[in-house]
Amino acid sequence: MIELGPHAAFIIWAYLGVALAVAGLVGWTLLDARRTARKLALLETRRARK
Amino acid sequence: MSIQSTPKQSWWNRIAHPGQFVAWSAPWLWPLAVLTALLFAMGLWLAFIDSPQDYQMGHTVRIMYVHVPNAWLSQFVYGVMALSALGTLVWRHPMADVSMKAAAPLGALFTALALFTGALWGRPTWGTFWEWDGRMTSTLVLLFIYLGIIALWRAFDDQLRAARIVAVFTLVGAINIPIIKFSVDWWSTLHQPASVFRADGPRMPPSILAPLFVMFAAFTLLFLALHLKSMHTEIKRRRIATLQRKAAQGHTA
Amino acid sequence: MSGFVAMLRRELALSWRGGGNVLTLVLFFVITGAIVPFAVGPDKPLLARIAPAIIWIAAFLAMLLGLDRLFRPDHEDGSLILLRQADLPLSAVIAAKVISYWLVSALPLILASPLLAVLLGMDLPAFARTLVSLLLGTPALAAFGAIGAATSVTIRHGGLIAPILIAPLSIPVLIFGVGTITAAQSSAAPLFLAALSLMAMALAPFAAALAISLAED
Repeated sequence: MIELGPHAAFIIWAYLGVALAVAGLVGWTLLDARRTARKLALLETRRARK
Repeated sequence: MSIQSTPKQSWWNRIAHPGQFVAWSAPWLWPLAVLTALLFAMGLWLAFIDSPQDYQMGHTVRIMYVHVPNAWLSQFVYGVMALSALGTLVWRHPMADVSMKAAAPLGALFTALALFTGALWGRPTWGTFWEWDGRMTSTLVLLFIYLGIIALWRAFDDQLRAARIVAVFTLVGAINIPIIKFSVDWWSTLHQPASVFRADGPRMPPSILAPLFVMFAAFTLLFLALHLKSMHTEIKRRRIATLQRKAAQGHTA
Repeated sequence: MSGFVAMLRRELALSWRGGGNVLTLVLFFVITGAIVPFAVGPDKPLLARIAPAIIWIAAFLAMLLGLDRLFRPDHEDGSLILLRQADLPLSAVIAAKVISYWLVSALPLILASPLLAVLLGMDLPAFARTLVSLLLGTPALAAFGAIGAATSVTIRHGGLIAPILIAPLSIPVLIFGVGTITAAQSSAAPLFLAALSLMAMALAPFAAALAISLAED
């Protein structure tokens, strides 16, 4: 473990917060993309069947 | 929808068609994501292992490597939105709407992260989480503007109409942001002596600049990748809305 | 030009007939200002010190709350469509509306501000500076407000959207407005305030006209 000095907590929390937020953003973007794609596919097949 | 059947056009016109845009830009997505991940790995390694502590700030200088890229993105994303707004109003480019809408939540998040890391950096260096200094205050106002734009997008049912109105407001905001920045600077120097630490004060050695630039590139590419992905999602969402409208009309007819 | 004057006269007549609105706005302004001492405590020196801030916040909120009736009644009864087809450019129509909005909402607030000044224990020079700053700053608030009202006019429940959009943009007005009152040593603030008002009054009608014609297509 690297030495981070007396303010280690602040540094770790800053990186942790950014990592969590970015991970959440990436996850949400992918989830949204997948959900929308599935819905579109459903609608397209329903339209094709008609 | 296929590229082969269309006549030869300039890339600008070609990507005006949503399907063509997705086909044209989808191959960029994976290389962009891989490059972003590599840059993040390299940036984190540089930031934690291969860079010295600052002689004034000690180890807290490492917060800068996430703070400054987020602060840069908070303004860069607004620039992207303002350019897209011009694209919507002047050229009526259909992809400009989509770009504008996809960028707004990303910009809001990066601005919030800039404030968050700024607060965590401010506590050890200034002794307080929040200081009403010019830079932090105008970033907070920028966050409010982003949130207002998102609220405006959500208030409309018709996204095509929303795009044009949001574009007008985005440009009004773009004219206003320098004024806000100036007025806030004037205000904070009036109320407190300029005793706070200035990031641009000491010259930075290359060992600190290297991780900073790598993180800059990493965050910017991260934004571009996420922006592209959410543009694709937004295009699909509009296609869904069109299909649903057609289906509803088919039932009533 | 006669069209512009006719437009101005129509707006003033309409708000004069519905005089209750003007009175409500003034009441809102006075009550907001008078409620602060209950939150702060009856500490006269402190109140006198923050009086400029209280008056400006009260005026700011009152102007933002009145925005919704700038274009919405005209949108709802369809006269906005007719106004768009008039010989007078839409931006001139909006300029007339902004001027009349200032006359019926900002001017009554300024006239009512002596009441608040007495309640909050301001001294005479400070009050004089308050009057100047309100006179110089409220046109900018009205002009920014027109942009906010124009962007939200076609939204069905858009009443709260306009204040949310406009409040961040109005921060410079607030800063220089209060600066005009408190910073007697710095003479730049009233100039900045006047510059903001002039710029906003000149540019906002075009932006608002663009937003309205794009929204109604």
